[in-house]
Amino acid sequence: MAIRERLSGNEAVAYAIKQINPDVMPAFPITPSTEIPQYVANYIANGEIDTEFIHVESEHSAMSAAIGACAAGARTVTATSSCGMALMWEELYVAASDRLPVVLALVNRALTGPININADHSDSMGARDAGWIQIYAESNQEVYDNFLQAYPIAEHKDVHLPVMICQDGFITSHGVENIMLVEDDKAKAFVGEYCPEHYLLNAKEPMAVGPYAVSNYYMETKRAQRQAMLNAKRVILDVAKKYEEMTGRKYGFFEEYRMEDAEYAVVIIGSAAGTCKAAVDHIRETTGKKVGLVKIRVFRPFPEEELAKVLKNLKAAAVLDRSEMFSATSGPLGAEVRAALYSAKAEIELVNYFYGLGGRDITVGDFEKIFDNLEEIAQTHEIRDMYAYIGLREGDCHGNSL
Amino acid sequence: METAYNFKEVMSRPERLAPGHRMCAGCGGAVTVRNVLRALNPEDKAVVGNATGCLEVSTFMYPYTAYQDSYIHNAFENAGATLSGVETAYRVLKKKGKLTDDYKFITFGGDGGTYDIGFQSLSGAMERGHDMVYVCYDNGAYMNTGTQRSSATPQFADTTTTPAGKVSDGKVQIRKDLAAIMAEHHIPYVAQTTFTNNFKDLHTKAKKAIYTPGAAFLNVMSPCPRGWGYDPSDLMTICRLAVDTCYWPLFEIIDGKWVLSYEPKNKLPIEEFLRMQKRFKHLFKPGKENLIAQFQAEVDRRWDELKKKCE
Repeated sequence: MAIRERLSGNEAVAYAIKQINPDVMPAFPITPSTEIPQYVANYIANGEIDTEFIHVESEHSAMSAAIGACAAGARTVTATSSCGMALMWEELYVAASDRLPVVLALVNRALTGPININADHSDSMGARDAGWIQIYAESNQEVYDNFLQAYPIAEHKDVHLPVMICQDGFITSHGVENIMLVEDDKAKAFVGEYCPEHYLLNAKEPMAVGPYAVSNYYMETKRAQRQAMLNAKRVILDVAKKYEEMTGRKYGFFEEYRMEDAEYAVVIIGSAAGTCKAAVDHIRETTGKKVGLVKIRVFRPFPEEELAKVLKNLKAAAVLDRSEMFSATSGPLGAEVRAALYSAKAEIELVNYFYGLGGRDITVGDFEKIFDNLEEIAQTHEIRDMYAYIGLREGDCHGNSL
Repeated sequence: METAYNFKEVMSRPERLAPGHRMCAGCGGAVTVRNVLRALNPEDKAVVGNATGCLEVSTFMYPYTAYQDSYIHNAFENAGATLSGVETAYRVLKKKGKLTDDYKFITFGGDGGTYDIGFQSLSGAMERGHDMVYVCYDNGAYMNTGTQRSSATPQFADTTTTPAGKVSDGKVQIRKDLAAIMAEHHIPYVAQTTFTNNFKDLHTKAKKAIYTPGAAFLNVMSPCPRGWGYDPSDLMTICRLAVDTCYWPLFEIIDGKWVLSYEPKNKLPIEEFLRMQKRFKHLFKPGKENLIAQFQAEVDRRWDELKKKCE
């Protein structure tokens, strides 16, 4: 029998780590992910797992040590948020190009400038080109389930890529929810033993990691990474299928919520999907309007074709980004979705909104307004503001116009 | 552990840094690596780490590696953290019964990657007490990028970012004393050495560093013919002069106890060391005698300080 519990998202990740009992965890404290290494340190202190914790002096060293440990042949985990991930930046690329299946529990938090500790996706979205698989969660249940699926994806022989398991800071990381946990023995069996093919501590086969690759070789390494990312699409679905067989909980690249007959949809990542679902239900119940939601779970690799198939026959869709990229045209998810629809030769109306930066709330009412806007756009074929912020006080911080 | 140094035996050990790498003739860095790795018992396995720098780009250019042992390069500033991850993996895999072989862990960084950009990562790794040796091959500047000043560059050195000019005498500041800073980490073994006396001092200290349990730090003066401006054949002479002028004293700190390894019978004036190097050429122009005197005063001050610590 599965275990019924009430846990915060951070506890849920820590519990998954306890069940996996990874070999090495280098980590450095940063809000709101700090609890994860704290819980793990407690498991270690009480002899519940035999993971070795490395008390590194920075996140740069956390990822550096993770790379060393993983290259040496150890199953490795770390956790961070925001500026912590920014400090790891250089190392994220190294982990991916060294093809090391490190798993990073990322608790999404806005990047500093100004400093802010609340949820947005600027940290992971900024790292979207680093070569990591990125999987996002709406709820505590999802982040737990995603975490148990991380190593089977990362360590698969056709993948060998690091994986980032993302959840929204405070909203799910600190919010306590009901959760179903997999029994320890089943969780362990699902994740399996880590048996790397090549590693530094293999006495039979010394190896060298991290070469200087001149222009004759560099491009082929990138092409190999791309192939791994392409292969990851199949593996992510295979692992999800096995997970569903074990738990009954179904996962894919994204979740379609009331999309069967939908004419209007929101595309979103993370915890705000829950708020959007409430709006979808309310609109359908009160007006009968055919509205739905697509919640992206896997952002890297990006499920371009699959997503376009779901969106291409809508009258209009709104893509909601929880991070800026200052291209002055769209956000990271908006740009990907628009590209997907272009590749599919779909001609639906598409609008991109920004919400929740630095932890600002988005409400059911906000989503209702977004669906109203979509209806208007579909009728008029006119998008008044392609680049709007939801819930913004217009003007500068003092109310003066910009 | 202490056995008599047998030069012939040590030099006839199989090379762990294979020839054919791309380091310059007369480069101290390659000599440091060869001789530190020679201090491993031939039957012992090792993982070698490396910060980005001349050594890395010259010894592991894909698809060739010069290392007989497993080797990892990660980036410029994190040789300490990276090898600490490898060493931790080793301990946990041993604990879990997944590994039976014995390994030693040695990482190399230049002074840029050690004194400067990798300083925090080094400090963290030493403070945590990983069973590893961090070897700084100190050539006193960022040589891989073309001789830019580091905090290990001696005062008055002409580098590409502290050029001697009409109104400049080269680097303004004095060197950071990294060996002393490492000693303040209270790790079991710290030593400073270079190439003298048939490599006896380097060999002995490398062996102690490798076989002392816990974190160890070796600072090895490793001259650079291009950055210092000397003839490659003068490498060993330069090292001997650095030691005999007391510019680069040989010492070790064993469990907090400072021990002087060598005291020259006849301490030579610093000019002997400076004159062989183009980077100090401007100090020998008429009217610059005071700069040499200033350099000498700093060498004397540090030498006296060291002798007191070693009393």
